[in-house]
Amino acid sequence: MRQLLTFIRKEFLHVFRDRKTLLMLFGLPIAQIVLFGFALSNEIKNSHIAVVDYSKDAATTRLISRIAASSYFDIRRSLAGADQLQAAFKKGDIKMAIIFPANFGDDLQHTGKATMQVIADASDPNQATTITNYLSQIVTDYNTELAKDAGQPMQINPETQMLYNPELRGAPNFVPGVMALVLMLVCTMMTSVAIVKEKELGTMEILLVSPFRPIYIIISKLAPNLLISVLNLVIILLLSWLFLDLPVKGSLLLLITCSILFILTSLSIGLLLSINAQTQQAAMMGSLMGMLLPTMLLTGFLFPIENMPLALQILSNLVPSRWYFIIVKRVMLKGLGITAVWREMLILTGMCLLLFTISLRKFKIRLQ
Amino acid sequence: MRILIFLLEKEFRQILRNRQILRTLLIAPVIQLILLPLAADYSVKNISLAVVDNDHSPFSQKLISKITASGHFRLTGYAPSYPEALKMVEEDKADIALQIPNHFERDLVRENNKQLYIAINAIEGTKANLGGAYLASIIRDYNNDIRLRRQSAPPQPATQTPTAAPALPPTTTPAQPSPPSQPANQPPTITTSPDTPPAVEAVSTNWYNPLLNFKLYMVPAILVVLITAMAAMQSAFNIVQEKESGTIEQINVTPIKKHIFILGKMIPFLVLGIILFTLGLLVGWIFYGVVPAGNLLVLYASLIVYLFAMLGLGLLLATYSATQQQSMSLAFFFINIFNIMSGVFTAVDSMPGWAQAIVSTFPPSHFIKIMRMVVLKGSGFSDILWPLTAMALIGLFLNTWAVLNYRKTS
Repeated sequence: MRQLLTFIRKEFLHVFRDRKTLLMLFGLPIAQIVLFGFALSNEIKNSHIAVVDYSKDAATTRLISRIAASSYFDIRRSLAGADQLQAAFKKGDIKMAIIFPANFGDDLQHTGKATMQVIADASDPNQATTITNYLSQIVTDYNTELAKDAGQPMQINPETQMLYNPELRGAPNFVPGVMALVLMLVCTMMTSVAIVKEKELGTMEILLVSPFRPIYIIISKLAPNLLISVLNLVIILLLSWLFLDLPVKGSLLLLITCSILFILTSLSIGLLLSINAQTQQAAMMGSLMGMLLPTMLLTGFLFPIENMPLALQILSNLVPSRWYFIIVKRVMLKGLGITAVWREMLILTGMCLLLFTISLRKFKIRLQ
Repeated sequence: MRILIFLLEKEFRQILRNRQILRTLLIAPVIQLILLPLAADYSVKNISLAVVDNDHSPFSQKLISKITASGHFRLTGYAPSYPEALKMVEEDKADIALQIPNHFERDLVRENNKQLYIAINAIEGTKANLGGAYLASIIRDYNNDIRLRRQSAPPQPATQTPTAAPALPPTTTPAQPSPPSQPANQPPTITTSPDTPPAVEAVSTNWYNPLLNFKLYMVPAILVVLITAMAAMQSAFNIVQEKESGTIEQINVTPIKKHIFILGKMIPFLVLGIILFTLGLLVGWIFYGVVPAGNLLVLYASLIVYLFAMLGLGLLLATYSATQQQSMSLAFFFINIFNIMSGVFTAVDSMPGWAQAIVSTFPPSHFIKIMRMVVLKGSGFSDILWPLTAMALIGLFLNTWAVLNYRKTS
């Protein structure tokens, strides 16, 4: 036991000696929480648009001023002809163009119907859909107003309520994502590199010939990363509570328990990677390419999993962060209790035990 | 010059000899480019909906079937009460809860207006935003439908007129500017009865990606992400590796000039970057049918400027780190922030001003913009002048800093 404590101390010294890496380990979550929390938003506002008005009458003027008054649109240009549109779109100046044909007002008055053309830059399909919809909302409002005298019959008024995140901020979705990502990074990458480094530098031989048990080597390697991860977790939770107004709604104890479960799972993955890698570079690339990108993508915080092809959906079940992400969302954002997350916890426990057993089995006590 | 050639020969040999590195540099990104766009589908099509139908009238049934027929929504089930439906949202069984209140049909006919209650899980902002928008436009459509059916005295279900809401999926028209006075898809003009109020109709067209294919949008950006990882990380690793193994000392004692040494480190990765980019374009074409609409020369010129900037970043990071672990964590720090902030996933335009200012110093944000503009819209040199210049300036800055900070003597 004393042996183990001495070794853990050695590993701590190793980790805390390297100030630059340490700075990154703590700087990354802080920078991410601040940047993502404040900067990312899913709301689309102030889209730059251009207006081509061939009619220039009272009706178009009223419609244009309505559009200009909306916070969704920012009328950047008023073009003289539609032939200039292509150039403006290609330059990326505008996201949408609205064209009022000649005699717009006359048509509206005499035939009771007038058509305006809306062209959206659909290279970003979601943005195009959203802003087209905003515009048609404005047009519908305008129509309702026109019809006020005629008395618009049978009006359905949808009352929409955005649950959990009324301002559509990016933060509620990204904070759990950043938690999963950062914990994964610290645990997987740092652990895998820590062990391979000893192999690469040749100090592993010394460890192996010592009377020290292999399980102790592993535990002492994991201990500092576990501590750093827990510290990171606390920092992230504090930051999101203080700055992003995202307190832990559910039980803090439950969240921390689940987080430690996830951390242990990630540590086991790092262990497994380091056992297979021969060089630091291979371990890093392995954890970056092999673990990190799939984690980012298959966790579900960037892209909805239900949109993926079936094979990828099945694959995503194997990614631990997917389950952790669900837990964090439920406990932290929705404030649900253990009854809502016990299944996910069970899966994580299973993964953790399985991975740890495999790595322990495969951990070579001979060099070749 | 001769020294540079020798140095290049050395670097190329070192890279080519290590199969593992080559695999991670070229093959892994290609596989990722094949797989990732499948995962990176941000289009919203499977929004699950829980319905509370307290009315059970033909009206409410028609509304529900109209919503499910749109293809954007999947009916997960009927809930007996609104709290039950909200519970389904809470448990992630449904994204949206829709309540059709008691006497929906009766009140609509008698009192001429009636509320519908919609609750959307807004944790995933994009989904909530689009889901709400789709639902609103379907309800608007439906509202117009029932109005029309009421108004036209002899019921004419056949006159399906395009309504004020944009038709979803959108009306597809060729991506050419059509004369504005005659829109390509002029809706059938309907003879209006005198009591129909005047109405403005918005006919929407989607240019450059008329089928709203999300992969067209993602493939160019993912290619940039992959190149970013390769360029910034590998160049940093490569130099730090020499530091760690001590071979850099040997080079430092030779009369090789700083900038020659740095050029020798950069050029191989520039070449690898160009090869990777070409492979990526081929993959995009073969697997996803993405063919750049613009000039390839513009793309490659921008690529070289971009690689110059990112390799400069890699060099700079290398000068600040002593071990591979340090360079890795530094590079990871930047790459991670670049990837999420540069507009791959969320639009830069909707960020606050200060964040946009920060993002404009990230080279990937400019290159992603250029890629999307050239590949999708066929923009030319004059259109991308500003992002290209910005990238070049950032590259110049980073490289100058790296060269100044790189010391041959410690």
